[in-house]
Amino acid sequence: MITPYAWMVPLLVVLPLVGAGLALAAAGRTWVQRVVSMTVLGSMLVLAGVLLWAADQEGAQVVYVGGWMPWEGIVLVVDRLAALMVIVSTTVTMGVLGYSIGQGRSSFDDESDGHSPLPVFHPSILVLAAGVTTTFISGDLFHIYVGFEMLLAASFVLLTLGGTAERVRAGTTYVLVSLLSSLIFLIAISLVYSATGTINLALLAQRIGDLPGGTVAVLQLMLLIGFAVKAAVFPMSGWLPDSYPTAPAPITAVFAGLLTKVGIYAIIRVQTLLFPTSRFEDLLLWAALLTMVVGILGAVVQDDIKRMLSFTLVSHIGYMLFGIAVGSTIGLAAAIFYVVHHILIQTTLFLVTGLIERVGGSSDTGRLGDLARISPVVGILFFIPAMNLGGIPPFTGFLGKVGLLQAGVDDGSWLALTVVVGSVVTSLLTLYAVARVWGRAFWSENPEGVTGSGPVRGGHHEALGLGVLVPTSALVAVTVGLSVLAGPLYDVTTRAAVDLMMRQPYLDAVLGAGVSL
Amino acid sequence: MSPNITTIVVASVLVATGTYLFLSRSLVRALMGFLLLGNGANLLYIVASGPAGAPPLVGKTEGPMADPVPQALVLTAIVITLGMTAFVLALAHRARQLSGVDLVTDDTESARIHARAEADDTGSPSARAVSDQIAAEGERTESRYHDGDTGRPARGEDGENR
Repeated sequence: MITPYAWMVPLLVVLPLVGAGLALAAAGRTWVQRVVSMTVLGSMLVLAGVLLWAADQEGAQVVYVGGWMPWEGIVLVVDRLAALMVIVSTTVTMGVLGYSIGQGRSSFDDESDGHSPLPVFHPSILVLAAGVTTTFISGDLFHIYVGFEMLLAASFVLLTLGGTAERVRAGTTYVLVSLLSSLIFLIAISLVYSATGTINLALLAQRIGDLPGGTVAVLQLMLLIGFAVKAAVFPMSGWLPDSYPTAPAPITAVFAGLLTKVGIYAIIRVQTLLFPTSRFEDLLLWAALLTMVVGILGAVVQDDIKRMLSFTLVSHIGYMLFGIAVGSTIGLAAAIFYVVHHILIQTTLFLVTGLIERVGGSSDTGRLGDLARISPVVGILFFIPAMNLGGIPPFTGFLGKVGLLQAGVDDGSWLALTVVVGSVVTSLLTLYAVARVWGRAFWSENPEGVTGSGPVRGGHHEALGLGVLVPTSALVAVTVGLSVLAGPLYDVTTRAAVDLMMRQPYLDAVLGAGVSL
Repeated sequence: MSPNITTIVVASVLVATGTYLFLSRSLVRALMGFLLLGNGANLLYIVASGPAGAPPLVGKTEGPMADPVPQALVLTAIVITLGMTAFVLALAHRARQLSGVDLVTDDTESARIHARAEADDTGSPSARAVSDQIAAEGERTESRYHDGDTGRPARGEDGENR
């Protein structure tokens, strides 16, 4: 079955890869790299927008790569969930790239030739975008693995950019943990193939029900563990706050927005499509509760803003897991909504932290102070997303949590109600954590006479230019705009959740209408 | 289909030894572990492909065909493992350039916060001292990278960079 907009689907991966090649070829010419990267990401955004409309109006768009049918080849599937994720991920990548372009010559600590930022930065970001998109649009388990490896390889390069001692230390932990999770996933795929003879998600949805219960449990657990490490679900979350804060602000921002959510996306896809009658609902609920509570308890003691944000990142993964674990349409819709909210909000906050570093010379609250007077603009840009993260109405953070709490109360089991209580407490503690940063960095007395032109790394003051303010403000505006447009967005995520719960639309799209489960 | 037991045993041994090595603090040993684990995983694909058969070519119809899909998958996995190995080797080399050893060190900021929390809880002066010492150590490292020669390798510090 050929769908009318299917020709756009492969472009979502081909464009960034071609762009990465061009950017690498133009390594010495910074402006060529910038034009290529922004053009590629802009086109991806348009394509993804059209695809979301097409998926919403006319059903999932499917491509059989190379003309091979699902029985032996790879299929690409863009349904509502995939299109939505591609749009959001491309938006934040563009914002981050705009920020790093705006940073201009002083991008990153190590300008090797004193002129251009590292030439591998743009190609790596584009490969990362290609890997993330591959994961979102793939309808094949092994192809998802390949997407993971693409984004991982790019993220390894970005995290260790410049190769300072601190980044090599952080990079080592990150690289080894990521490789291990990929191996677990790889082994899981081979077991899935041995058991069913296919790795196509739609075919698996048909066949996995015929397997004995014990086999299904093993396959589900292996896949869940592999994805949970990527998504930083407690107790597999220790690597994240250890490695993220060392990278430059734009890189941490794109990691925080995208990489863990790719794991969450994979969990959503596999749980709903392959294991609809989950036997691990309780386990997931416990994991969600512990992720929230342990993560936020880590966040409240941190002095460094980047580290605090990394811990809240882990903590809020628990909310998404909660929605998945409840397994109702309303829970799933809220979880998808929360993923969209969280990608945007974490990226924005890390970029604002980059601004704070530029103004105050540090992201350590012990050395910052009085920023509200020194730079009110940064204050506003931090305050809005921080309140959003803390779940203050009328922002998206509040709306997403309301949906999740509703789903938990509807579920009604004592464990789900415990998680409801836990998520309210986590929300309050998040507010405490960001308020603590606000109080210490923005309202407190200046600790060591730090002024707006204080000593900055390398001894030169990095002023706030429009180049960094505009992309950051744009992302803040998107988060606020999303709060205004939360109604239509919730409608789309609800329709996506209904499709995921029914499973039949996905199978119809991939295998042809009328196949039975 | 009954799977080949020898292949499974070999794969298990590879995975077990790989896991042991992977837990090491030395980056090169961990890399060896990754390679063994990866090969163990790759062998599982050979198990998944079932019994050997005729090459799956158009026009060749005699006898049962081998399943080509796991072989395509395992080839991809091998190539990816190769790329990742190259990166980890580079990382290990960089770690050795910087510190002379390729051991993974602890996160100092995390250690400092632990020590500070202990000092706050117990009021013990020794914990406070440890916390301050870690902070001072961190500042020294930071200034080494941010003053003058920004972010570039601390050349000549160990006479290792050429």
